[in-house]
Amino acid sequence: MTGLDRFLDTFFNTEVMARYLPAIAEGFLVTVWLALLVVLAGIGLGLVLAMLRSLRFRPFNALLVLYVDLLRALPPLVLILLVYFGLPNLGISIGNFVTVWLVLSLVLSAFAEEIFWAGITSVPPGQWQAARSTGLGYLQTLVYVVMPQAVRLTIPPLTNRTIAITKNTALGTVIGVGEILNQATTAQSFSGNASPLVLGAVAYLLLFIPVVAFGRWVETRFAWKR
Amino acid sequence: MEIRGLRKRFGELEVLKGIDLAVRERELVFIIGPSGSGKSTMLRCCNRLEEPSQGHIIVDGTDIMAPRTDINAMRRRIGMVFQSFNLYPHMSVLGNVTLALRKVLGKSKADAEAAAHAALERVGLAEKARAWPNELSGGQQQRVAIARAIALEPKIMLFDEPTSALDPELVGSVLKVMQDLREGGMTMLVVSHEMRFARQAADRIVFMDHGAIVEEGPPEEIFGNPRSERCRAFVAEIQH
Repeated sequence: MTGLDRFLDTFFNTEVMARYLPAIAEGFLVTVWLALLVVLAGIGLGLVLAMLRSLRFRPFNALLVLYVDLLRALPPLVLILLVYFGLPNLGISIGNFVTVWLVLSLVLSAFAEEIFWAGITSVPPGQWQAARSTGLGYLQTLVYVVMPQAVRLTIPPLTNRTIAITKNTALGTVIGVGEILNQATTAQSFSGNASPLVLGAVAYLLLFIPVVAFGRWVETRFAWKR
Repeated sequence: MEIRGLRKRFGELEVLKGIDLAVRERELVFIIGPSGSGKSTMLRCCNRLEEPSQGHIIVDGTDIMAPRTDINAMRRRIGMVFQSFNLYPHMSVLGNVTLALRKVLGKSKADAEAAAHAALERVGLAEKARAWPNELSGGQQQRVAIARAIALEPKIMLFDEPTSALDPELVGSVLKVMQDLREGGMTMLVVSHEMRFARQAADRIVFMDHGAIVEEGPPEEIFGNPRSERCRAFVAEIQH
């Protein structure tokens, strides 16, 4: 067997790939579902937190900064293990899928809050003044005037951060969530062949390349000249 | 509108030291004075964009400083135009003018658009309703900002250096709109450096310095024969 043959047999064994394709496809669906739920909850919560922060209520903002800094500083894997192995001791059992969803949503919400907040503060104060001078209330000004401008400014950093965090769904493998990487490593150990891992990598590309492309499209779509 | 004993402090610094000023209906009052004299701060206190430290501001019989006053309800009766226009960049001209009509006055889309078109007509920009702010010149943007304010049919209009950010050749179009408003009977309080306009259009000129009103009177008096030394020096400075 030549070096090239061995390489192809290790990484691109079509027979092994065909055998484990259904398992990887199943993992693909789990990852898509998990990623979708993380993005919705994380960005939604981040948006709400940023809007609450704009009320400038000091005790709340102090707690919020603590929340955001902790979640941004800790590696998500540490949080996943803490929640998954810690909570049952308190009599709370939330399952592995929910654990990963919860932790990644909270982490994304922390980053998203910071990004949205940066967007809110970069909207010129004149926009607030103009809107308030016409009798619009605080919340109306935030919703109709400030947030639409803030969100546009935040799309590029938010897209990058969202992709980085949803890729962490792969961490679910350490607590047995049947997502892509979990299916691929299981298949790899059963077959003694790395081809399922390549298949897994292809599955990630299938999922995330459209997301990256979508992010780029949104950026150009929402850009406007000042 | 009546301002009584208005004071404003930023920490230790007192920028308004007890302002008393009454603006009669249909009157155009011009406020002049050196930069840092508190003109803009005073104007911003009139709709509480700047929170006064002390004093009363009575608009159309209602003290806007009273704790029970609904400030948002009062603000729609006090129009304001800013130096930097402050149009909403994510909305069309029509969107800019209709936002408060719909969300504050609760008009239907059709009613709001009809009122917006009428207001844009008054500033001579009816044909720009579908344009975006970034497609307009500074003078046109400022006229849209005026339309946004007058569409709410305010009792009084506050102008905070409305032409200071404009190229010289665009100033005239904005002053023309202000002149039309005046002829339409609008009550106006204007902070501006357009002395020629002040001279021909204002009913009364108020000279402010160091957070206080130093002198007030008809234009010919303030520009022709100011009583105080400070006012005389300022007028000479800007008219050379």
